[in-house]
Amino acid sequence: MGWYGRVRALVMKEFLALLRSKASRTVLIVPPLVQLIVFSFAATFNLQHVPVVIYDQDQGGASRELIARFAGSRYFSIEKMLASSQHIARMISDKEALLAIRIGPRFSQDLALHRSARVAVLVDGRNSNTALVALGDVNAVIQSFDNRWAATHGWHAAPAVLVERAWFNPDLRSRWFIVPGIVGLLTLVVALLVTGLSVAREREAGTFDQLLVTPLAPWEILVGKAFPGFLIGTLEATLIILVAVFGFGVPFVGSIWALYLGLLLFLLAAIGVGLAISSASATQQQGLLGVFLFMVPAVILSGFATPIANMPRAVQYLTYLNPLRYFLIILRGVFLEGDGIAILWTQYVPLIFIGLVTMTIATFLFRHRLT
Amino acid sequence: MNGERLLALMRKEMLQIVRDPSSIAIAFVMPLFLLLLFGYGVSLDARHVPIALVASHPTPQTSAFFAGFQGSPYFNPRLYPDMPLARRALMGRDVDGIVWLRADFSRGTLQGAAAPVSVIVNGVNANNARIIEGYVQGVWASWLATQAQRRGSPLILPVDVRSRVWFNPALRSHDYLVPGLIAVIMTLIGALLTALVVAREWERGTMEALMASPATMAEILVGKLIPYFLLGMGGMGITLVLAMGLFSVPLVGSFWVLVLCSALFLMTALGMGLLISTIAKNQFVAGMIALVATYLPAFILSGFIFDIHSMPWPIRAVTHLIAARYFVSILQTLFLAGDVWPVIARNSGALVLIAAFFLALVARISRKRLD
Repeated sequence: MGWYGRVRALVMKEFLALLRSKASRTVLIVPPLVQLIVFSFAATFNLQHVPVVIYDQDQGGASRELIARFAGSRYFSIEKMLASSQHIARMISDKEALLAIRIGPRFSQDLALHRSARVAVLVDGRNSNTALVALGDVNAVIQSFDNRWAATHGWHAAPAVLVERAWFNPDLRSRWFIVPGIVGLLTLVVALLVTGLSVAREREAGTFDQLLVTPLAPWEILVGKAFPGFLIGTLEATLIILVAVFGFGVPFVGSIWALYLGLLLFLLAAIGVGLAISSASATQQQGLLGVFLFMVPAVILSGFATPIANMPRAVQYLTYLNPLRYFLIILRGVFLEGDGIAILWTQYVPLIFIGLVTMTIATFLFRHRLT
Repeated sequence: MNGERLLALMRKEMLQIVRDPSSIAIAFVMPLFLLLLFGYGVSLDARHVPIALVASHPTPQTSAFFAGFQGSPYFNPRLYPDMPLARRALMGRDVDGIVWLRADFSRGTLQGAAAPVSVIVNGVNANNARIIEGYVQGVWASWLATQAQRRGSPLILPVDVRSRVWFNPALRSHDYLVPGLIAVIMTLIGALLTALVVAREWERGTMEALMASPATMAEILVGKLIPYFLLGMGGMGITLVLAMGLFSVPLVGSFWVLVLCSALFLMTALGMGLLISTIAKNQFVAGMIALVATYLPAFILSGFIFDIHSMPWPIRAVTHLIAARYFVSILQTLFLAGDVWPVIARNSGALVLIAAFFLALVARISRKRLD
């Protein structure tokens, strides 16, 4: 039997070991799908239906026009119109409202006299990011009111106005940012779960020693163990990409070849890490712990939810060791920015490097596991 | 319940904890590791944003406008001679945005003709893009104010918005992320601690020995709960001390309320772990369920980072079942706003209900029975 026949036999055995039990089949299919759906709907920084209370001291035509703009916005939901200011503080601290808007008593009168009219906004800053986004949304509503009022009532224009535009994501939907990230996240989880326990399982059962005395060379064992990870990882990633594009309507403007080249190299790196963890573990439990201890930092330090640029400098250097960091740039570049292979090669090279190093460590640990 | 038997069971559990250091590691090392990782890795405060400044026709007026960017801690401005170069920098991710003053900017501002200032941001990371737009608006507003002062006529915009942010006026994202992290970390640790303990007894066959003893099922469960509760409170203590010491998050509310609510929350996490363990009867499956069912929901669905109001209603309904949601609310309120009793009472009530539900379910399922 040549090397091809030997590796094929090992691959068949790996698939059988992986897909034989109902529990492990379920673990491979159900959690990724549930996570995809829940993450995609829940993980957004865009605000909707922010609960607002309004205290209109003016009760004039202009203030009603401003309130109508808030009522018409899908960002806000007006919880209550207040008749006095005495409950504002309590409603904010009890979390009944995130925002309180007070329109000054001479609002309409000031506007009629071409004077600036007062509006006070109070926001709950317990979640400072939400507060910031909500204030931005308030300013947008007021700016559009300002522009309309200035144009229709003959006010002087400001000496300069901002014209804002966002490239690649004109409406600034954070779902377009998060969903391609989930492709990377779930591919990592699946690749690590498939390979992270495979050697450890054999060690626990005592069959790994048998594998070592077969005619298979160490690199053949490596290929046989890695192949199921590649196949399952590619299939699941394809499924998730299809759901992202057709289910969530995330645009896909780049080159599909650049994406799949990135996916294969990322799988190389992730499977290398998984096999290295697995070869270093004596039991499946240790393997699981190892996978977890790699995965949590890999997700946090990848730029998945919060930008790498915001981290302290030393932590930023640490992210260069993280394969997910490169794959996320590839995913977002291909999905949103229209990148091709020529732009992304700087991301491919580190992935190849991480893959080769971890695969070498895994092959070495097959025989020389530290005890 | 017999006190002597209970003490004996607790002594046995304590001995097991001391002999197998893994639960001590989970209780004391994991929180340390996770808090450092998240505390340094997760931040939404953008600083030193690289931004391209382009003036098609440089004059003293354009330099005066750009001066606001050069003095700002939020920006790391770079001057580009023309738009094609700046565009290429934005495409190549060298800068996150462009501010472009067209050739007619100086003439327009001098004549008060509302010269347009083009702001282009890379919208891939939508949240970050919105934060950057906010910073640019800040620079623009202060420029408008100086312009108005120089000309001696106060700037008049129709609406004068005065906004105030309560509880976190500096909008430091650390101050709300770190308290939220305590909930995420303790969910994980509480569930991991107990998820394995009953499963271990089943796996090793010692559950049958316990059942053959005169101890009642309630005594067995309470005997397991109390030692891990003490261990978990130790871990909680470390997390709280680190949060306040290392990340200098201010605690506005009272310390004893914090300890009481933490104890309550720990009961829900331990109860969930016991439930998983009782159902799974297998350490591997129990560990897997504990990771999937606790960590991700606590991270995504608790309001720790993503705003719950903005989620679609089916997912909002699911968040009500997640204990971390209530604890995050308590933590952010206690740390930043103080002892707001309606918030604390509402959320503690929910925690009591959830803990009682889990523990009652465990007691119901655990019968002295071999199957």
